Amino acid sequence: MLKADPQDKARLLDPIYALPGKRFWLAAAILLGIIGWGAIMYFRQLFYGLGETGMDRPVYWGIYMVNFVFLIGVSMSGTLISAALQLTRAEWRRPITRIAESLTVFGLLVASLQLLFDIGHPDRLANIIIYGRLQSPLLWDANSLTIYILTSIFALYLQLLPDIALLRDNLPANAQGWQKFLYTRLSLGWKGNLTQWKRLEKAINTVSVLIIPIGVSLHTITSWVFSTTLQPGWKSTILGPYFVVGAIFSGIGMLFMVMTLVSQVLHLEKYIEEKHYHLLGWLFIVMSALWFYFTYTENLTLAAEQESLEFPVLASKLWGDFALSFWGMVALMVIASFIMVVPKLLPSGIQKIFIFRPQFSAASAGTAAVLGAIILFPKLTPFQADLSFPKTTTLAWVLVGLLLLSAGLSISFWLKRHVAATSVIAGACVVFGMWLERWNIIIPTITQPRLIPYLNYQPTIVEISLTVSSLAVLGLLFLIFFKLFPAVSIWEVNEGRVIDSAQSRIEIPAPKPIQTRSLRARGYKR
Amino acid sequence: MPRWGMVIDLDKCVACQGCSVACRFENNTPAVNPGEAVKGRAIRWNDVFQIPVDPAENTGVYPNVTTRYISRPCMHCENPACIKVCPVQATYKDEEGLVRVNYQRCIGCRLCTVACPYGVRYFNWYAPQWEGSLAEHLNPDRIEGAGDLEGPSIRPKGVVEKCTFCLQRLKKAHAQADAEKRSFRADEYIPACVQTCPGKARFFGDLDNPSSSVSQLQKSERAFLLLEEAGTRPQVIYLREG
Repeated sequence: MLKADPQDKARLLDPIYALPGKRFWLAAAILLGIIGWGAIMYFRQLFYGLGETGMDRPVYWGIYMVNFVFLIGVSMSGTLISAALQLTRAEWRRPITRIAESLTVFGLLVASLQLLFDIGHPDRLANIIIYGRLQSPLLWDANSLTIYILTSIFALYLQLLPDIALLRDNLPANAQGWQKFLYTRLSLGWKGNLTQWKRLEKAINTVSVLIIPIGVSLHTITSWVFSTTLQPGWKSTILGPYFVVGAIFSGIGMLFMVMTLVSQVLHLEKYIEEKHYHLLGWLFIVMSALWFYFTYTENLTLAAEQESLEFPVLASKLWGDFALSFWGMVALMVIASFIMVVPKLLPSGIQKIFIFRPQFSAASAGTAAVLGAIILFPKLTPFQADLSFPKTTTLAWVLVGLLLLSAGLSISFWLKRHVAATSVIAGACVVFGMWLERWNIIIPTITQPRLIPYLNYQPTIVEISLTVSSLAVLGLLFLIFFKLFPAVSIWEVNEGRVIDSAQSRIEIPAPKPIQTRSLRARGYKR
Repeated sequence: MPRWGMVIDLDKCVACQGCSVACRFENNTPAVNPGEAVKGRAIRWNDVFQIPVDPAENTGVYPNVTTRYISRPCMHCENPACIKVCPVQATYKDEEGLVRVNYQRCIGCRLCTVACPYGVRYFNWYAPQWEGSLAEHLNPDRIEGAGDLEGPSIRPKGVVEKCTFCLQRLKKAHAQADAEKRSFRADEYIPACVQTCPGKARFFGDLDNPSSSVSQLQKSERAFLLLEEAGTRPQVIYLREG
């Protein structure tokens, strides 16, 4: 019999034993409603054909492909958090591994759904196995995706095993029959003896080592689907690493959102602390720096060489039809990095300066909005028209930029004190920004092939419904999973507690006199 | 075994689009309604279009216009970009150098349509439909076998199709030769677009035979390949104007 720590039992096990409450059914009903609408739309598309989407010639790939690349990117979080941090023995990972790994599995499942939406004959999917062609990047992608899904489900299950046994052994007397059945079957006879623990640790370490190259390969191969074609703008050697970096970046962003939501709903504030946001925040900052580096490199080379086929693709992003999505992406990423970096740089005494207050920030942002509106919207009075010669307009734009900067600076102290809120805002910015990035990689290139006239692309109601329903599927999977299994890995947290208490007993010996002398000789005092 | 190739003399081409129409009727490509055509969903295995293709590009004011027209069948490349990317081998190259598509196997992933630099591959967004009497005059030729559906056979929705150099005509010519118990000659078969061309701008034949018209013409100093820089080595050769 395995015993759970009483506080863990109250927080994590008891809500699982309790039957689903009103909130659960309400959330499930809403999500199922959205999914039902999506199912109707999907059958419509299946029955009539892909003509129901907004795709056209030359835009043979639309929002489904964007979603696919985006979702497999989001799923990179689990690989990184649980495998990479597990291998580097980063102790703080423990309470968030479960959420990260489930995000990987569910993200991948919903991503593979996008492929089913996208292909014209989903009934012939088995042809990839029966008649597969080795040279095709899509075959590599299908293989890599399958291996990644299986490995990540396996990794999630391995990490769950001791917790399922804990659930089995602590079942209350009035537990339902299916609960007993489920946890008994799934725990595979886990007793928690030394041999089993040793084997589990070995297995987890092996899977953690394996899953990193598998994860990296999936994102790289997905980029190869694009970069192995002849299309201008995709033929890029750095697209592989760029996708991997973007994937980790959006994965952390999504993780921020999901872990906050889960901890708010399930009241896990005791487990998921500010420290986790803080440490993940550093990873986030590193990835944002890498992302800016890759984006700059990717676009600078195109801008500098001005090749006759590739430059128009870049131009359409910079000032053409895709300017809104491109600059929107840049703005979101800048905001996300700014609110993560600047609060970390501010000294804590800065609140004494009056401008570092939210009110001041709101005032600056409001002024910037009014000024921006005056520049952008039609000139109402002759006086305004008189003022709108180029130099004034430029000056006004500079002023808008400065006001926004000051708004950002003033809000920074508030952000410094609300780490979780800051992380969620930054995460949301990055998740949406990365979706736009995938859009900016796929759509501008595909609209401008060599011998087909330019045609833009507008997703239809079918595509938008299926996208929203996919997100609803993701939500439903989380809802059901965290109703059945603990959202925090209980055994890992316990292990962490044991290590902590053991470490607190270790005494760090003072340096020996001989050592102090040698330091003093080099100019160190005391 | 012949290696089929086509030569299109742009000096003789008047852009009448007769080739497009002949192709449509020979190969049962469905017509689409105007709303669909605006979305570029019209299927034209042999397309006649302006060069440069971008309507925003300045092509001059009459009479000093620089617009040219080009007629474009499938290039049946020697190194096709489409075949390499097909995950199910639904598109493949046969021993006579033709790039073929098996509609029965295609999963409709559209990677080949994206990969082809010439834009010769078309996707069936909807099931094909023919209005009125058009439906009664479909080409009855079919190329169908165990797990194979090719050529002018009616395509289901959700698959990719493209110019086959009128594969059914080649099959018929082969069958004829076999029935007459003689060997097949390369001049026994031409595609519908070549047969119909009123300006006699199109030539078709065996590129491996040094005395064929296409072999002779491809040595012309006017000869050029479309998007030669793409490295696909097309087997359709153009003769420059002037």
